[in-house]
Parts: sequence; structure tokens; C-alpha cells
Amino acid sequence: MSRHTLSVLVENVPGVLARVSGLFSRRSFNIESLAVGPTEHPEISRMTIVVSVEEQPLEQVTKQLNKLVNIIKIVELDPDSSVQRELLLVKVRADASVRSQVLETVQLFRAKVVDASPEALTIEATGDSDKLDALLRMLEPYGVREMVQSGMVAIGRGARSITATAVR
Amino acid sequence: MTSANTRQNPAPEASPGQRPKPAPPNGAPVRATGAQALVRSLEAVGCEVVFGIPGGTILPTYDPLLDSTKVRHVLVRHEQAAGHAAAGYAQVTGSTGVCMATSGPGATNLVTALADAHMDSVPVVAITGQQSTGLIGTDAFQEADICGITLPVTKHNFLVTDPAEIPRTIAEAFYIASSGRPGPVLVDIPKDVQQLTMSFSWPPEQRLPGYRPVGKPHGKQVREAARLMSEAERPVLYVGGGVLKAEASAELARLAEHTGIPVVTTLMARGAFPDSHPLHLGMPGMHGTVPAVAAMQRSDLLIALGTRFDDRVTGQLSGFAPEAKVVHADIDPAEISKNRVADVPIVGDCKEVLAELLEAVDSASTERGRGDLSEWWEQLEDWRSRFPLGYDWPADGTLSPEYVIERIGQLAGPEAVYSAGVGQHQMWAAQFIEYQRPGSWLNSGGLGTMGYAVPAAMGAKAGAPDRQVWAIDGDGCFQMTNQELATCAIEGLPIKVAVINNGNLGMVRQWQNLFYAERYSQSDLGTHGHRIPDFSLLAEALGGVGMRCESAADVDSVIERAMEIDDRPVVIDFVVGKDAQVWPMVAAGTGNDEIMAARGIRPLFDDDEG
Repeated sequence: MSRHTLSVLVENVPGVLARVSGLFSRRSFNIESLAVGPTEHPEISRMTIVVSVEEQPLEQVTKQLNKLVNIIKIVELDPDSSVQRELLLVKVRADASVRSQVLETVQLFRAKVVDASPEALTIEATGDSDKLDALLRMLEPYGVREMVQSGMVAIGRGARSITATAVR
Repeated sequence: MTSANTRQNPAPEASPGQRPKPAPPNGAPVRATGAQALVRSLEAVGCEVVFGIPGGTILPTYDPLLDSTKVRHVLVRHEQAAGHAAAGYAQVTGSTGVCMATSGPGATNLVTALADAHMDSVPVVAITGQQSTGLIGTDAFQEADICGITLPVTKHNFLVTDPAEIPRTIAEAFYIASSGRPGPVLVDIPKDVQQLTMSFSWPPEQRLPGYRPVGKPHGKQVREAARLMSEAERPVLYVGGGVLKAEASAELARLAEHTGIPVVTTLMARGAFPDSHPLHLGMPGMHGTVPAVAAMQRSDLLIALGTRFDDRVTGQLSGFAPEAKVVHADIDPAEISKNRVADVPIVGDCKEVLAELLEAVDSASTERGRGDLSEWWEQLEDWRSRFPLGYDWPADGTLSPEYVIERIGQLAGPEAVYSAGVGQHQMWAAQFIEYQRPGSWLNSGGLGTMGYAVPAAMGAKAGAPDRQVWAIDGDGCFQMTNQELATCAIEGLPIKVAVINNGNLGMVRQWQNLFYAERYSQSDLGTHGHRIPDFSLLAEALGGVGMRCESAADVDSVIERAMEIDDRPVVIDFVVGKDAQVWPMVAAGTGNDEIMAARGIRPLFDDDEG
């Protein structure tokens, strides 16, 4: 199984997320992560879907997605030619005895502290999943009290735009 | 809050006395209620018949429907029948069938019929009432999230929240249902949206940026397919329902005759190519003919047209047509290489694909000469002569169901429409009636919906009043939807129903006989032993003529009497033997090489051994 990142342009209408997620579960495909948000065109939303499948089923799921009337365009983004980012918020136990060590780790990963209390720090970090995994591994010894992570968003490198050709 | 306001101030009931005058379809905008706009939109898209039942949330629409001179409404007895009738209507007329229901149970009763139309790619538009916008999501009376429920079984669906969107939505719904790979589309319209006024004009602008069906095939792929066809030694044209949907029978006949390639027609394609044609090997699949199944198994090139390599055709996929290269043409890109990888994929409408293939084959054969298929035909003729379709008379002297169905086909002829339920009688009707033209065979192929026959026949009769319409039904199936005989009697839709009454859920019994050690668990319906119900009396009670036939000698006369009656539905209770079985058969889960022509006779294995 290999990971694939699909950028899906959809009409910004009610129910479109249910149509997409329903299709994945109906055809027994697992979604690893999914992120939805607006684009530069108010009538179009963009989903970034990460799936782990072989080449053949990936083609099938792409074709099935394309059949959904509200889906405008699907592009697979190659990790080498795209920027892929996730957002992590993590609350780490950090009393006075270890705080400076935690802060050092935060700096090392170019993350930042967004909330502080005498016992804990909340850290915000963005990056690809490898970087965030590495950061978490470094923070775990101090005690992760709570964490939340966004789905991946991705955009192709270079000047080309996948939305430009989708809207006429 | 919008929702709170709406709930406190429900839109006023449309007053029947104050209807705006009907406007010409292309006229300037006029004020209309959502309901009036809906009826006008249906008229403007050319809808002539709606099958449905009114109820609370669709009532506003039934009011202007009363005044429409263009749209006929057929009041059915159960919403499922409305859906199947719309599908039957669509398949004989080639236009889109329409059904209508109220919210909640009315809408959920449509679900089976929508799933059925989805599996068999039939263009149907379903219009449902919905609770008023302010009540949606509150578990209101007769509220069901029908868009959510039908998401996986429709091609698309809409919830209309603004009356101004009604014309556009109806236009888009009909366009989506009928174009590309056809399918059902549901339009859910809240009651207040039907009551509010809007400005109606036609035609509306359609906005479907994500919907672009491909019709024209890629020339390079077509030429590659033609090259393979000219080189193949054992080619087969594997024809599916897409050829009927594309109205491409004439093009298919030209290509087959030009190349001499044998044709098989799937359960969904019966009638796409005349059964009497010498190039026709019959139906492939689980209960297909030995020549059709064997030809595909031994083929070196399958030219698959508008078909989807369904498990009932392929048997165990890994053992299906092991030596064949595959040319797969379909209008739905997702079908290509879904089950069997295609060597030459062609996305396009079968009518255009066939026309271009013929041209390409023609020029390929002038370059390279035509392939010699005489050895192939020798083999095919051998199978054909050794394993023709046939049946044995029951040893106990009871009536043979196959004989009854065969005689109906012969007496009613190729111009009649035949509609079947699901089970043994369906397979016999597919095997023993000769289909010579498109639009003569209706059945539930994909979903396998028992009870399909009567409502589909009713819809077919509404669409083709001048054709004789026969429902070939089983005693199990008939008990699921026979209430529609009342509709047929009252609405002037004189269909004929042949109940192939073997007293059992016949196909279930056959499997129990073959695979469950003859343990007949819950398959005896009692229609023989107790004669409950008495189908002949039931027919009379529902406004039809009831007849019964129990011996071979009476079969012709009873069919002829039924054919003479044209003012009422007719039901013939054919009391047949319960032990007849459908043969040939590829048992579920086995490969097509293991096809049994009859019990214990495996032509392809015997070949290999000999």
C-alpha cells in the first residue's frame, strides 16, 4: 500500500462532504486524513484527501469520485512536487524543572508556544507528517497531556494553478 | 434566526382559487408558486406521465397538477410501484420516467425502486415532498432525510431550499438522469418551498460544472480495437444493456454482420440483437447458454460493449475468459477495468463507438485482410448443436413452466413487451422467449428486485399503450406488488400477468435442492397446497379477469383468451410443477468452465478430458 494525496475541487454546496466520505466507506476505501476549506473562488471548496491504496484501486476511487456531480476536478499531488502541511497543537507537561528543555525542542522544530501555564505549555507546529511525528517523539518524555492534529493540506509547487483551469 | 421565523410563520397555504394563468414555456417570467413552477417545469421538459401518491408535504404540487393538460398522473397503490413503473415506462419509451411521493414513508418506499434503477442504469426522476425548511432536522411528522438515505442509490439528488431554484433543478435532474450513463435522480422539495412564490421562466440556466459526460470515443483507441478485431481468431461481441440505452442496435447489427463475429447479449441486453440471428449465441452468465458461456471462456478477444463484467456473467473472476484480450467500451469510465483489466479501454456512447468501430474495422480489413473465423465458427456450431437450450417435462405429469413461458413468447410475438420478476421464471423468460427488438424485455437485473414485474409492466403499458404487455411473474414475486392490478384496472392499463405458480420460492428451492441437501427451509409458499391466495379470485377482486391453467392442453387457449381481453388486466394462474430447475447453470463461486448444461453435465470439462 502506498500513500496518495488527492486534491479535490468541489462545488461549495451542502452535502458534498457526505457524498465524498460516503463514497469512500461504501467502496471500502480508508481515508487517512481529510481537510476541507475554501478556495480563492467562493463557489468552490477544496478537499485534500490522503488515502493508502494500491495503484489499481486508487484509479477506481478517483473514477468513482469523478462521477459525483458536485466534484469538479481531482488532481493527485506528488509529494516531491508539492508542499504538504499539517497543523499540530500539543499540550505538554512543562513545570519549571523541564520548561527550558521543552522550549529548546520547540525552537529546534521552529514551532511556537501559543499558551502557557505553570504546569504546561501548548505548542503549535506545522510541517509534513514526518516532522510532526519527530517533534511528538521529542516531546513525549515530558508528558503529552492532549494533542490535536489537522488533516493534511497540500498545494503544487511552481506557478501553475489547478483551480484556474477548473473555473471558466 | 431563519429557522425559528419559518416555524412561527409558516407560508400561507396556496389558495386554489387564485392560480396565475399558465404561461407558454418560453414566455416572459410570471409569478408562480413553487408547486406551479414544478408542474410547469415538468411540462417543459416533456414529462407526460407521473406515477405517484399524494400526501401531506407534496399536496401543494398535486393542486396545480390537477390542472395540467400535458402531464397525466397515475395514482398507484404503493410508492415502490411508482418507481418501478417509471423505470418500465422509461425503458419502452426511451424517455425519462417520473415518480412522485410525499415525505417520510412515501419517500422511503421509493428507495428500492431507485436502487433498482441505479443498478440497471434507468433514467428516472423522483420528486418527493419534504417537511418545511423550518422543521427539517427536528424529527417532524413524516420527516426522513431522503437525500441522505438515497445518496448511495441515486446518480445524484437535490434538496431544493429556494423556490426560484425549482426550474433549474428540474432541468438539471432530467439532464443528469438521461445523459451519460443514465440513472435515477431524486429531487426533494420542502412543503414551504412549494408554497412560496417565485418568478418562473423557462428555459433556466443550468450550472453543472462537475458533470461532463463523454460521448465521443477516442479515435486512437477505436483503431487499436479494430486492429485487435482483425487479428483475433476467436472473438466475441459481449453486448450489455448500454447498447440498448444508446439505441445502438442497428449499429451493432452492422458491425456483427460485417465482421462475422458472434454476439452474446447479457440479461440486460436481451433484444439488443435479434435472437433469431445466426450470429447470436444467446445469453452469457450463470444461466446463460452453453455456446455463449463457452465462447467467452475460449475466446481470444472480448469486445465488451456497454457492459460491466458483472459477477453473474463472469463467474469466478480469476477463471473468466482466461485467454481473452479485452476491448471494453462504456460511457462510464469507472466501469472500465473495474472487474477485469481492459487491454483497450474506450470511453464513449455505444452508438458512436459502434459506428466508429465499423469504419475502423473496414479500413483495417482493407489493409490487412479479414481474419478467418471459420474454425471458430465450426467450434461454436458444435457447441450450439450439442447443447441447445431445452427443458424436460416434469416426471410427475405437472405442467412445465418453461413450456408455458415459451408458448407466451410464441403467441404474443416479438412486438410484445415482456416484464419479469426475479427468480426461476425470470431466467426462463430470458431463455425461452425470443427477443427480436429493443424495448421488449424488462427485468431487474442488477438489484434482483422481487415484485418488479407487475409495476414495470404497468409503466410500460402507459408508455406503449398499443403494445401487448406481459408480466411473467412468480407466485412469490406476484404477492409483493399485485396491488397494482387495481391501478391498472382503474387507469385503463390492461396488462397481462402470467403467474408461473410453482407454489414455492422457486429459485430458493432450486438452491436448497442443489446446495442445502434438499432441506427446504421456508421456501414453500402454500400457493399449491392451500391455494392461498387464489390468484384467479384475487385478480377478479382487483378489477381484472382471473384464469387458471393446469394442463399443457389448455395453455394455448388460455393465452389466446387473455390476448383477446383488452379492457381490463388479466391474470393467468399457471399451476406448474415445483421441481423444474433452471439450466444451464454456473454455480455461485465457481468458474465458468464448470458450467453445467444440465445436472452433472459439464461440456467444457468433458471437452478437455476428451
